[in-house]
Amino acid sequence: MKSRTIALSILFAVLAVVVALLSLSIGTTKLPVSEVVEVLLGGGRRGTRLVVLDLRLPRVATGLLVGIAFAVSGALLQTLARNALASPDIVGVNSGASAGAVAVIVLAGTGGGNISGVAAKVGIPLAAVLGGLLATLIVGALSIQRGMVDAGRVVLIGVGIAAAANSLVAWLLVIGDVNDAGRAAAWLAGSLNARAWSDAVPVGVAVLLLLPVAIMFNRDLSALVLGDDVASSLGVRVARIRLALLVVATVLAAMATAGAGPIAFIALVAPQIAQRLTRMERPPLVTTAMLGALFVVLADLIARNGLGWLQVGPYELPVGVVTAAAGAPYLLHLIGRQQKGR
Amino acid sequence: MHVENLTLAYGADAPVVSGLTLEVPAGQLTAVVGPNGSGKSTLLRGMSRLVTPQSGQVLLDGKDIHKLPARELARQLGVLPQGPVTPEGITAAELVSRGRHPHRGLFARLTAEDDAAISEALAAVELTELRERPVDQLSGGQRQRVWIAMVLAQGTPHLLLDEPTTYLDLAHAVDVMNVVHAAAVSGRTVVAVLHDLTLAAQYADHLVVMGDGQIAAEGRPVDVLTEELLDEVFGLRATVVEVGGAPVVVPERRLAV
Repeated sequence: MKSRTIALSILFAVLAVVVALLSLSIGTTKLPVSEVVEVLLGGGRRGTRLVVLDLRLPRVATGLLVGIAFAVSGALLQTLARNALASPDIVGVNSGASAGAVAVIVLAGTGGGNISGVAAKVGIPLAAVLGGLLATLIVGALSIQRGMVDAGRVVLIGVGIAAAANSLVAWLLVIGDVNDAGRAAAWLAGSLNARAWSDAVPVGVAVLLLLPVAIMFNRDLSALVLGDDVASSLGVRVARIRLALLVVATVLAAMATAGAGPIAFIALVAPQIAQRLTRMERPPLVTTAMLGALFVVLADLIARNGLGWLQVGPYELPVGVVTAAAGAPYLLHLIGRQQKGR
Repeated sequence: MHVENLTLAYGADAPVVSGLTLEVPAGQLTAVVGPNGSGKSTLLRGMSRLVTPQSGQVLLDGKDIHKLPARELARQLGVLPQGPVTPEGITAAELVSRGRHPHRGLFARLTAEDDAAISEALAAVELTELRERPVDQLSGGQRQRVWIAMVLAQGTPHLLLDEPTTYLDLAHAVDVMNVVHAAAVSGRTVVAVLHDLTLAAQYADHLVVMGDGQIAAEGRPVDVLTEELLDEVFGLRATVVEVGGAPVVVPERRLAV
């Protein structure tokens, strides 16, 4: 790794921790950061411990982990497809995962607006992963022409599959019980509201297991950006590694979607900004991961308190609304740039 | 390197190369020429495992290349495909360092040996001063030389180059051919697919002319590149003159009056 890449990774990691601490201290009960740190180190009063550890920390931890998972997934897919637009939120992976998760929420719901027990803890992540893998499989199969994955087709077909999955979601919301559908709709915006440890743990396990796998393939990715033919003549088993990384990227995005809903644009934007800043020829995995974590906790801090700061009212926004508002202009910029490149 | 009765086809289409046998002279520059669609690029892809043969085999030091482990093959055989895509923003040194891939461990940093190979390769293509420059800002000829430096850094005794001079003007093409020739002089076995007959004849030790997926003729350029062969294989009426021991092709003009 170049020193510039290392320095930026550390910078983003530090910033993510700072924003996370701020997020733990700001809220209905305002706590000084020093007290938050005291609690995290094992001290503090009982009331403070409850607020920080049980109410706010699961939310912040979920945010950090989901940010890492989305961002790394985006970095992998963009590198594999050699296209900046090929991120899981554009090419249908998140939509596929959403369809799976919403199916569980709506079809296994109690009608009381709450599903609980095994269906929620295992069913939602599992269904999300299956939905995401199915979307990836369809997009992958349809993008192959003469044994090669066509970078342009991946995006076009992915957008189509995303639309199909989204219409499936809409249909599920219509047929579902109104309370379940309401819950699903809030989740679909991408929200970290009322996250518990049971939300953070699955995505945490996915990150812990799969981020090292992705990093293990770092050097192969460096060869893959030179094209399949060059990579293969450098000794990279292209088909095998592409498949492995495709699965890693899909599971990361699906687990993140299961944990916090399909938060928009993190997977698209974080890898691209990390790539620009590190001046690399592909998104650097660790820097991208740290930037993704920073983006989500920052967006969530704004989502929770933004309207209050603007004196509009005490309402919280879903974090996905903030990332979408910030990410959509960037998407337009990317599309403009790609068309100029043609 | 030895090609034995090789038949190559894409999918169920008719074979592009059929039953071709070729003994590549070791430590020499072999140029493969032929009209468009004669199967010369496909032959090179078949010799480098980018296409799986329908039948026949390619032997490298007596071993079938399809039976060698991928990394082991990559340490023996360097390949530069036609028109490789240069990623935006990559520097010359960075691109050349990718050639060390088959020599490196999973997490190991570049060793002194890797660094030496990279510097040597950049020096061989005379781009040492431009090593920190982004490749997409270099001229077409320089860019092609960076790519050749990448396969040189791979440090393989065998090199396959697919049309390394395509799209280059004559001066840049000559620069590239000088580098390719030097690689053979230094003891490597080099096979290059070329489209410019005169350039191929000037540099090659061994010339292979392909027509219709078969070898139409092979041997020393001066023996192979005759007026009859040009007419027969290329459908080209031309005069062949000899300059400095190598044939030069002068096409016959048909001027409108």
